[in-house]
Amino acid sequence: MSANAHAHSEDHHEDHGHHHKETFVTKYIFSQDHKMIAKQYLITGLIMGFIGIAMSLLFRMQIAWPGQSFPIFEALLGKWAPDGVMDADIYLALVTIHGTIMVFFVLTAGLSGTFSNLLIPLQIGARDMASGFLNMVSYWLFFTSSIIMVFSLFVEAGPAAAGWTVYPPLSALPMAQPGSGMGMTLWLVSMAIFIASSLLGSLNYIVTVINLRTKGMSMTRLPLTIWAFFVTAIIGVISFPVLFSAALLLIMDRSFGTSFFLSDIFIQGEVLHYQGGSPVLYEHLFWFLGHPEVYIVLLPALGITSEVMSTNARKPIFGYRAMVTSIIAIAFLSTIVWGHHMFISGMNPFLGSVFTFTTLLIAIPSAVKAFNYITTLWKGNLQLNPAMLFSIGLVSTFITGGLTGIILGDSTLDINVHDTYFVVAHFHLVMGISALYGLFAGVYHWFPKMFGRMMNKNLGYVHFWVTAVGAYGVFFPMHFVGMAGVPRRYYENTAFPMFDELTNVQVLITVFAIISAGAQLVFVYNFISSIFYGKKAAQNPWKSNTLEWTTPVAHIHGNWPGAIPEVHRWPYDYSKTDKEGNYVIPEQDFVPQTVPMGPDEEQLHH
Amino acid sequence: MTAFLTIGVLVLVAIAIWQMTKIFELSQIKKDASQIANDNDNKYNGYLMFAFLVFIYGITIFSFYKYTKILLPKAASAHGADYDNLMLVSFIIIFIVQTITQALLHYFAYKYRGRKGQKALYYADNNKLEIIWTMIPVVVLAGLILWGLYSWVNIMDINDQDDPIVVELYAQQFNWTARYAGEDNVLGEANVRLIDIDNINVLGLDTSDSYASDDVIVKELHLPVGRKVNFKMRSQDVLHSAYMPHFRAQMNCVPGMITQFSYTPIYTTEQMRQDPDVIDKVKRTNTIRAERAQIGAPNSDPWEFDYILLCNKICGKSHYNMQMKIIVETQEEYDAWMAEQKTFAQIVVTN
Repeated sequence: MSANAHAHSEDHHEDHGHHHKETFVTKYIFSQDHKMIAKQYLITGLIMGFIGIAMSLLFRMQIAWPGQSFPIFEALLGKWAPDGVMDADIYLALVTIHGTIMVFFVLTAGLSGTFSNLLIPLQIGARDMASGFLNMVSYWLFFTSSIIMVFSLFVEAGPAAAGWTVYPPLSALPMAQPGSGMGMTLWLVSMAIFIASSLLGSLNYIVTVINLRTKGMSMTRLPLTIWAFFVTAIIGVISFPVLFSAALLLIMDRSFGTSFFLSDIFIQGEVLHYQGGSPVLYEHLFWFLGHPEVYIVLLPALGITSEVMSTNARKPIFGYRAMVTSIIAIAFLSTIVWGHHMFISGMNPFLGSVFTFTTLLIAIPSAVKAFNYITTLWKGNLQLNPAMLFSIGLVSTFITGGLTGIILGDSTLDINVHDTYFVVAHFHLVMGISALYGLFAGVYHWFPKMFGRMMNKNLGYVHFWVTAVGAYGVFFPMHFVGMAGVPRRYYENTAFPMFDELTNVQVLITVFAIISAGAQLVFVYNFISSIFYGKKAAQNPWKSNTLEWTTPVAHIHGNWPGAIPEVHRWPYDYSKTDKEGNYVIPEQDFVPQTVPMGPDEEQLHH
Repeated sequence: MTAFLTIGVLVLVAIAIWQMTKIFELSQIKKDASQIANDNDNKYNGYLMFAFLVFIYGITIFSFYKYTKILLPKAASAHGADYDNLMLVSFIIIFIVQTITQALLHYFAYKYRGRKGQKALYYADNNKLEIIWTMIPVVVLAGLILWGLYSWVNIMDINDQDDPIVVELYAQQFNWTARYAGEDNVLGEANVRLIDIDNINVLGLDTSDSYASDDVIVKELHLPVGRKVNFKMRSQDVLHSAYMPHFRAQMNCVPGMITQFSYTPIYTTEQMRQDPDVIDKVKRTNTIRAERAQIGAPNSDPWEFDYILLCNKICGKSHYNMQMKIIVETQEEYDAWMAEQKTFAQIVVTN
């Protein structure tokens, strides 16, 4: 993947300012420049995403046509698909690694890593991150963990296969499942490194936002992207260490015979020595990160949407303060709702009541955000660029997926849909698809900033519309499969005659999945070809107010050639008029943050 | 056959996309190549936004029309009706909100698509609106939370009132065992450390515990209708989950601890088989199975409805086939069946 990074970087080497002290290695590989690190994150994330999505197609084919032989299985899975029929163990491994890769490597590192790195210094008016060195270390730790995760696919007994939550004892005992041997060890090592990477990144983001804002950039003048990245980094710092402790204790249980999570186990004809631990403890620790993780994935996407939507609607984002308050409220609540993943784990039912209460509270700030997005569109002058389409699509899937959260967050209703396809449909829509849309919106919108060229808009439109139809086609019918009682992570549903008539739904879902995955190839083509052959970008192609568009197209160290710009207003003065109804700047419907307030200009927002 | 058909469709779709992009690319040479949306793009994508709204409604209606029948039949447990009602009310609320918000979102995207010279309204905030759409969810959610918690407390209140029978559900990779508490209705002490496979003590019962001797260990769960059952779940190896969807019941089985769930079955298996929805489902399923039988495919025996216990927590290779049949019957049938079973003492002694 670094080969890829070189290739595109060399391409616009010419238009760079020349930094003679930079060597090839310091510029393209061990770069400390936040813009280069952002690109490294993005390309690594996209490659991981390619692997993750490809895996989902494989297991979707198995679910739709159980036990059928496919040459592609044999080609890709080798000994795990004798005669082209997928093995049950590798099915679980595919499900596990798909989840891990998509949640952590694509939507955490690929999304937040890319855009926090790119936008935080540019939008707050800083020359770089607070610590360029830590930033570089953060990326290379992420790269290392990606390599280890991919490498784990090739170990003899197979990769981790206990589900992406890797609950012990299944994940702790190699005799319970072949994937719980070396594969799981590598999984844990990879995740431990990933957590270190994430923490270094987050600390850097927090410090940068607090300390390096340019003159005039008060917290209430920050673009909502920065608010989202900032708050995301904070919940990351709060919750990722807890996952680290869970991983560490699991490593101890696996390798050093401790009993943190294990007790009273009789497996394969013998009693194990473990005594006094509890898998429920692991579930608490895991979900203490696991739930905030949902918002670590989602908040940056919502932040990107806020910025993209406002710019393309040519309107201020509606309810800036309510948006900031919602982000903070969601972040706070996200750390006290983890128990809703454990209503039927054997945890005390009274705790279940508490978690139901806190969980449903989260619907309130989420609803506020959704309504604010809708109102932002109202009476706008919507420039339907691909990034804008993905932002609108995000709001749509965020609502659809979020609403079913009311069912799952209710401990009573959770009883019968827990761990069924209903859950799968819910979280894919609300965090998977929504966050992916946020990622795509960000890529289309800031591609000119990253690569100095424009992406092809028509390919972008094809990409969006096929994906949008496909995503609903996959996940809408899936709710019904769940409510019919089909558990997730079943290798095939043929063991239960009551699920026979659901097979055709599964086929429909898989067909939609393959079509939408095909649409991602359009994106891949567009992305790569635009890096090299895209139309050269103007400095401010979307006529945006934020500071990143005041930097030259060519990347230079320190971002601005002269002094750092000073900020005089909030970032959302789109279509602002004076009392006579004329734009503040004649013939221009936007007022960049660097433009001082006019003598009789009023501040029209609160 | 369907596989080939689907692959064919996919190939065609791929070609269609390829052609579409080609047409797009060819058509754009003449026009401005700025790659920024112009009025035409806004127009077409605005229309598509509206079409997408129709698509969302369409797929909703299609799914409800086609798939409502595949959902679980009426609840077969006493608390199930309350569960189903709460689910129904939640869904009605969800669909009202979904219909309105998606309409607004996509209609606005269509209506206010950009046009040259169109001026957007500078509208940055309105506290009244924010308060309205904070308060509405607060009120609605407060109602749902209260109802949900009321049901939850009732369902999870596992007590000894109404003379429940006590049954242990014992999970292991990859099968279920049930243990009835016997005459004394008290389960004997058990621990995995006491498992003695050579002596047929597979559940690790404490042979010195007098409560254990009358326990009955079976591989098929029989329950008398109308009698409360208190389940005690145990697992010997990894996490499992005892999922009984027809009874709206589920609880994880956790090694090292005993978890509980309780419900009262209200329809016998026989009664459930007479339910019109179930009759239809069985008919549809057996049509599918008959088709399979014709081509000699597996899983083609005719099916008769039965309640089922599934494992619903990933537990390893054969997770997908970890099940136990549940038979709900009249008290007399249950008593007759129970009389045929051997107690733990009998098994251990006879061996």
